[in-house]
Amino acid sequence: MSAPRLLPTARLDALIAALRGRGYTVIGPTERDGGVVFAEVAAAADLPRGRRDAQAPGRYRLAAGAAAGEAFGVVNGAGSLKPFFFAAEEPLLALHRRGRGFAVEPLAPAAPKLAVLGARACDLAALAMQDRIFLRGPHPDAHYAARRADVLLIAVHCTRAADTCFCVSMRTGPRAERGFDLALTELPDAFVVETGSAAGESLVAELGLASADAARRDDAQQRVADCAGHMGRRLATRDLPALLAARQGDAQWADVAQRCLSCTSCTMVCPTCFCHAVVDRTALDGATTERSRCWDSCFSHAHAHIAGKNFRPTVRERYRMWLTHKLGTWVEQFGDSGCVGCGRCITWCPTGIDLTAEVAALRGEPEAGP
Amino acid sequence: MTPYALHPARIVARHDDTPTIATFTLRFTDAARRRAYRFALGQFNMLYAYGVGEVPISIVSDPEQPQHFDHTIRRAGRVTTVMLAWRVGDVVGVRGPYGVGWPVEAARGRDVIIVTGGLGCAPVVGVINYIFRRRDAYGDLQIVHGVRTANDLLYRERFDAWRDHPRTRVYLTADQPDRTWRYYSGVVTELFDELAITPSTIVMMCGPEVMMHHAARLLGAKGVAADAIFVSVERNMQCAVGLCGHCQLGPHFTCTQGPVLPWSAVRPWLAAEAR
Repeated sequence: MSAPRLLPTARLDALIAALRGRGYTVIGPTERDGGVVFAEVAAAADLPRGRRDAQAPGRYRLAAGAAAGEAFGVVNGAGSLKPFFFAAEEPLLALHRRGRGFAVEPLAPAAPKLAVLGARACDLAALAMQDRIFLRGPHPDAHYAARRADVLLIAVHCTRAADTCFCVSMRTGPRAERGFDLALTELPDAFVVETGSAAGESLVAELGLASADAARRDDAQQRVADCAGHMGRRLATRDLPALLAARQGDAQWADVAQRCLSCTSCTMVCPTCFCHAVVDRTALDGATTERSRCWDSCFSHAHAHIAGKNFRPTVRERYRMWLTHKLGTWVEQFGDSGCVGCGRCITWCPTGIDLTAEVAALRGEPEAGP
Repeated sequence: MTPYALHPARIVARHDDTPTIATFTLRFTDAARRRAYRFALGQFNMLYAYGVGEVPISIVSDPEQPQHFDHTIRRAGRVTTVMLAWRVGDVVGVRGPYGVGWPVEAARGRDVIIVTGGLGCAPVVGVINYIFRRRDAYGDLQIVHGVRTANDLLYRERFDAWRDHPRTRVYLTADQPDRTWRYYSGVVTELFDELAITPSTIVMMCGPEVMMHHAARLLGAKGVAADAIFVSVERNMQCAVGLCGHCQLGPHFTCTQGPVLPWSAVRPWLAAEAR
């Protein structure tokens, strides 16, 4: 793709307007209830300007950052991009009673054209993994495909990491290497803009962006490199699938079960977790049933339940299932780890369970945290 | 079309096996679907009771007659309780077939051992019937069936009839036998010393995971190769297409890679989770 361009900070609104002008609903980080979530942004003023996040196991706070105009100072919030494509509740079909039988009516989502402004490298890695799960298998999911069909991705390379981030260990960031239309690096007065697709090229042409000068290009490179260099949290990924398979009987699972509430928060904020229940709801008159798929979690009591038996009746077995799948068996299923290193499961765990520390304990090593 | 879409099928026959078990014969109402439908023995369909729910049930009839198919349903929970009230002429929802079935082709010419435990032996009944319909194509057949009490022995006449076939031996055992019990006592693995194991032996098992785990270990120790032992794993299958996550056993989505899996693939995971 062509050489990096420069988007002056003041022209961020022009980028948003150009996206909206092409019929896209633009979503980006917005502040809500003391956190940051992806939601519609009509202008740059809707972004959490000048705000930064302080994250730690079981803790999340927003505060004023050093630079008042900074648009992407908040690394991430509880909400990933997942719900926009793998909807938390997706109606699939309606079944209408007809005599002693029934008729099937397929239901399709009214999916908007979506432009994501501020997707992080870990978000893009997670999206690529969800694409693999829902689109590349033998039974592609039509509803996911409909929501994913017309999406523009404007990435932001991370120039600071939260305390809970470990994307360097997972080799997913902090630089977005692929899967974007545009990628921005935020500098004090401008964004360095890289293009990753024809749509991205066409956007920079429409905005008439000049090439970025060498000093700003170097500055942008350095900031992302510094972010990687300063990332404190690590996960040792070496031989993880074999390690987890060999440690199914480890005493550590009982230890973490003492701290885990089995509340499902980690699986809800995880950008790759894909478990869902197939739910049928019948109207009170019995004439119509709607079948939908709803997010589910391996921490729910019913997840491994069949009539008369539950294969994972205790928290010990459920946490073991989650971690073994996420970091281990997922690799055999989908060719890569289920973890992108975003750290959300650490921050949003009410008791601050840190999977990097759990892995270190399973390895019999001292804790690896910062 | 979503993989969760259902297709109407009519119940054309019903046979009550016991007060809580019935075998239903189904036919798709749509002629094109009926003509196109093929299944392998041991694959399953998702069966839907309108307004109540959906459950995975294995197909037990012969795959060479795919225009109609049989499901043996045991009353086990909310949905199957409603299914036991299904009558001939009712139209129900079906999607499938799903998964990987029994290795009945790979077993041709080989000695076969069938091990079942508890009440859920319907999937292997299909295998046994399949072999008897092609008896010359298979070697010696040994059927081992374990129950807890004499009352749990369903199909007693069926086992007794199988016993009369040439080159066939049937071993029945009860964990807690009473005065009326005239077969072996103990758990199924205690019978394994009686079995003739040859280099060509292939084993097919279904029943509680913990039984299969111990039985496979013992048969492995007696010289049966780990990839010649097949287990039928019944987990929580909701989507049946490897997407919803509930049925996982280790790296396997048992709905698409199972329900019949070689023991070599599931051995460590059964050891961790079988119950």
